[in-house]
Amino acid sequence: MGFHVGNPKSAADLVQAHQVHRDVYISPDVYALEMKHVFANAWVFVGHESQTPKKGDYFATQIGNQPVIQVRHKPDDIHVLLNRCPHKGTKIVIDRQGNTGKFFRCPYHAWSFKTDGCLLAIPLKKGYEGTGLEKTQNGKGMKAVGAVKNYRGFIFARLADEGISFEEFFGDSLSSLDNMVDRSPEGRLEVVGPPLRYMHYCNWKMLVENQTDTCHPMVAHESSAGIAVKLYEELNLPKGAPKPAAMQIIAPFMSPYEFFEGMGIRTWPNGHGHTGVHHSIHSDYSAIPGYFEAMVETYGEEKAKTILDENRHNTVYFPNIMIKGPIQQLRTFIPLAADKTIVESYIYRLVGAPDELTARTAMYNRMINAPTSIVGHDDLEMYERAQEGLHVNGLEWVNISRLLEDDENHEGEAVLNGTTERQMRNQFDAWRKFMTYDQDQQEAAK
Amino acid sequence: MSVSKDQIIDFIYEEARMLDEGRHDEWLALWLTDGHYWMPLDYKQSDPINETSLLYEDMFMLKLRVERLNGARTFSQKPKSRCHHVIQRPFIDEMNGDTFVTNTSMHYVETRLDEQQLLALTARHDLTLVDGQLRIANKRIDILNCDAAFRNIQLLP
Repeated sequence: MGFHVGNPKSAADLVQAHQVHRDVYISPDVYALEMKHVFANAWVFVGHESQTPKKGDYFATQIGNQPVIQVRHKPDDIHVLLNRCPHKGTKIVIDRQGNTGKFFRCPYHAWSFKTDGCLLAIPLKKGYEGTGLEKTQNGKGMKAVGAVKNYRGFIFARLADEGISFEEFFGDSLSSLDNMVDRSPEGRLEVVGPPLRYMHYCNWKMLVENQTDTCHPMVAHESSAGIAVKLYEELNLPKGAPKPAAMQIIAPFMSPYEFFEGMGIRTWPNGHGHTGVHHSIHSDYSAIPGYFEAMVETYGEEKAKTILDENRHNTVYFPNIMIKGPIQQLRTFIPLAADKTIVESYIYRLVGAPDELTARTAMYNRMINAPTSIVGHDDLEMYERAQEGLHVNGLEWVNISRLLEDDENHEGEAVLNGTTERQMRNQFDAWRKFMTYDQDQQEAAK
Repeated sequence: MSVSKDQIIDFIYEEARMLDEGRHDEWLALWLTDGHYWMPLDYKQSDPINETSLLYEDMFMLKLRVERLNGARTFSQKPKSRCHHVIQRPFIDEMNGDTFVTNTSMHYVETRLDEQQLLALTARHDLTLVDGQLRIANKRIDILNCDAAFRNIQLLP
């Protein structure tokens, strides 16, 4: 320990083509470096615009370990500010969401700020005359993030002032977000209720990797999906009788290896990728009356079919979210420490679509991703056993070489066998890139 | 045939004891076949269907949950969790012929390995008298800190 302190290049060396050193999961020093570099140089999901629909509405969350506020400054203008009074450091808002009116006001000494962060007023301001306060960072108002992008309602931010553009960072991977939003006959999503909040004592990257780990469901989830199939068979329902909801949602986890091999994995540059290129566990959900008709009205039959035929399973957006387009779910894996992660699982309503779709999405969310989920329980068990097991000395590397190709590189899009670990390697390739991105840029500028 | 307030209250106590002692098959037999066990996610949530809940389970899911607890490959239950209810005397809010509504405050403790969590809960039971026996028609559990981030909750309050 201590070896990597202040040295992003040494942390980047923990990643090799076929393996990663355990320090990427367990070292607090590496964690500090990824918060400072990876989460500052990458574009990170903040929230959805429907969480702050009116002027003055705010939503408090984190980008990596940085507390931030998403706030609607004008009807069409959402800002992301660091949640810290520039005076003494007090968090400006403490509730998760609310409305601040025309300005933020620090509850400690009443410094106030416009909703774009600009300093509005300081009580007894003459006390600062001649002190030079206005020339310091403290006198300039609430600090804003480096850049903000509202992409079809989803708010992303880059903490660093300079860096990769939104378009270059995401590239063609935005097709998954597009598909999720296009599934609304009005091309618009709205958040539904609060997210599930689930505390894990493991590293955030284990959760992200698991999103495209197609060799674990039939093993780790045998106790839920396998028993679901057994109970269903015991029911001996007549042919054609509607299946219990649990069978639609949980049973596909027991699909054989061949199913997951055939579903395919696609990867894009900068660590993004998805499972379910050809089909997925979401393919066989029963149709909802009236939905297809509403889609045809908006898009025409051909385009409506193209949108709905897409069955992408999990799309990972590096560094720390996953979306499920076919069911309008987004999960964010918020790092709290090297061995502590909070998972928040949101669902969205397809504006203009029948309520039954929202009902199915809500059902998926609670059955699979709740702290009370019989599926989630076994996932958490695996992550936390790994977090503890990785402390074993003398065996310090984690293998990620399944279906590794000799000339593998992550600069272009690729589609492969669905059981490859390529997406995990792709994430680590991006992790290494954004760990040293600022340093590499500075050196190139010399 | 009718039941007394005391019999209703005894029923609520007996249900908690079944759960604490892991008598899950007996517990399942208390339920009417179309019942739902609901644990809202949001404070004062009114819609179990179109918003996320922690649980909203029919008998198929509850049976699956119970059977899973004893499965050979139920990794998160090796070792098994244990639970403990401390309940306040139930209020009987409604008595309408053969249907009854109770409201019960409780402290629920769940433990596994070195971890133990305490949840403060309110349980609402909808009970129905069928062939002289009280049965659970629906059950709703509101967790006081439902908006907090939870660790695994593996057994049933």
